[in-house]
Amino acid sequence: MQIAVASGKGGTGKTTVATSLALSLADSHPIQFLDCDVEAPNGHIFLNPEINKQEPAVIRIPKIDPDRCSLCGKCVEVCQFHALAKVGKTILVFPQLCHGCGSCTWNCPEGAIEEIPNPIGMLESGLSIAGFPFSQGILTISEPMSTPIIRQLKRWESPSKGDTIILDAPPGASCSVVETLRKCDFAILVTEPTPFGFHDLKQMVGIIEEMKIPAGLIINRDQAPYPPLEVFCLEHNLPILMQIPYDRRIAEGVARGQTLIDIDPLYQEEFRKMMERVESIIMRSRKHTETKGPKP
Amino acid sequence: MILFLSAQQPRLDSLVDQRFGRCMWLIQYDTDTQQWEAFENPGAKQSGGAGVAAAQFVVNHKANVVISGDFGPHAAGAFQAAGIKMHLYGSEITTIEQAISSHQQGKLAAFS
Repeated sequence: MQIAVASGKGGTGKTTVATSLALSLADSHPIQFLDCDVEAPNGHIFLNPEINKQEPAVIRIPKIDPDRCSLCGKCVEVCQFHALAKVGKTILVFPQLCHGCGSCTWNCPEGAIEEIPNPIGMLESGLSIAGFPFSQGILTISEPMSTPIIRQLKRWESPSKGDTIILDAPPGASCSVVETLRKCDFAILVTEPTPFGFHDLKQMVGIIEEMKIPAGLIINRDQAPYPPLEVFCLEHNLPILMQIPYDRRIAEGVARGQTLIDIDPLYQEEFRKMMERVESIIMRSRKHTETKGPKP
Repeated sequence: MILFLSAQQPRLDSLVDQRFGRCMWLIQYDTDTQQWEAFENPGAKQSGGAGVAAAQFVVNHKANVVISGDFGPHAAGAFQAAGIKMHLYGSEITTIEQAISSHQQGKLAAFS
């Protein structure tokens, strides 16, 4: 079972929720934690893993053999990321734009393209303070491409079938979030009752509806009813899983590197109950897909 | 000599666009015949690689000089490799017409 914690807007409490959830379930579930926020991974601050394994994250970028290249320009034409340009009598490669998709190599009629590994970051793993496996991707600063490293991270530590994998998603509503959500069974969307939080939440909900991933909401820094959000939840059939109050104690604790259950142990029970609800939603949606699926 | 200039509108009296890769229009101007043509910038609507897409377009049109407010590292790399000179509007120039005449008087700074 894979559960992603996403938000749209940054700073709504994704990592606070993801790490608190992981620690709350550590006794009852075979947890595996993946920090997919590779541009600024910070789950490690709360889970204190002992890193014992590292692997460079690479994408394979084209290297063109000028002797074999006939300058036909096919590679430039097929590159949808504009990582190649044909200029005079050379083909230029822009490594920072390359997604490593391999289209140029595949389409080169002369076999003039070789793919060479280009390191963009690091994958790390180890055991968290609570004993469950933790892994994270770290994108090298100034490297712009976070999607390939997330893809590699998700394939790296192969989980066993019954594992509960918690994925801490990057902020935003773009490719990196979609890559994190791929194959997830459920998305916990953390938002705050502000126009900005609400705006980005709507974008996230657009994505999970498109990807057909069941989801529920956690409203963080909750102080007063925010009617537009409540109406939206009803319209989109999004259950509100938890409300975390706007509380100075929580802010102080998080600033010291504490999770919600360090700050208030009662949260452990809250997260366990929430998980039961999430599991029943997942079961129901699986049944729903099975009954609605194509007949053999 | 073929010039390419980044513009906000497809006209010679258009305001210049300070951006190269994301400008809406690219104006082609032939200094020998004084003929001109406006092209939609293929880079403007790309999700990434806008500078390279726009530069490839300008290179394909056999430009000698390209003029904009600034050039990103990818576009600049492509123009350097192609031997196309890059010039900057600077703070005085507001329209495409002004930029063309200033360039002909040799008043526009080269990008480096």
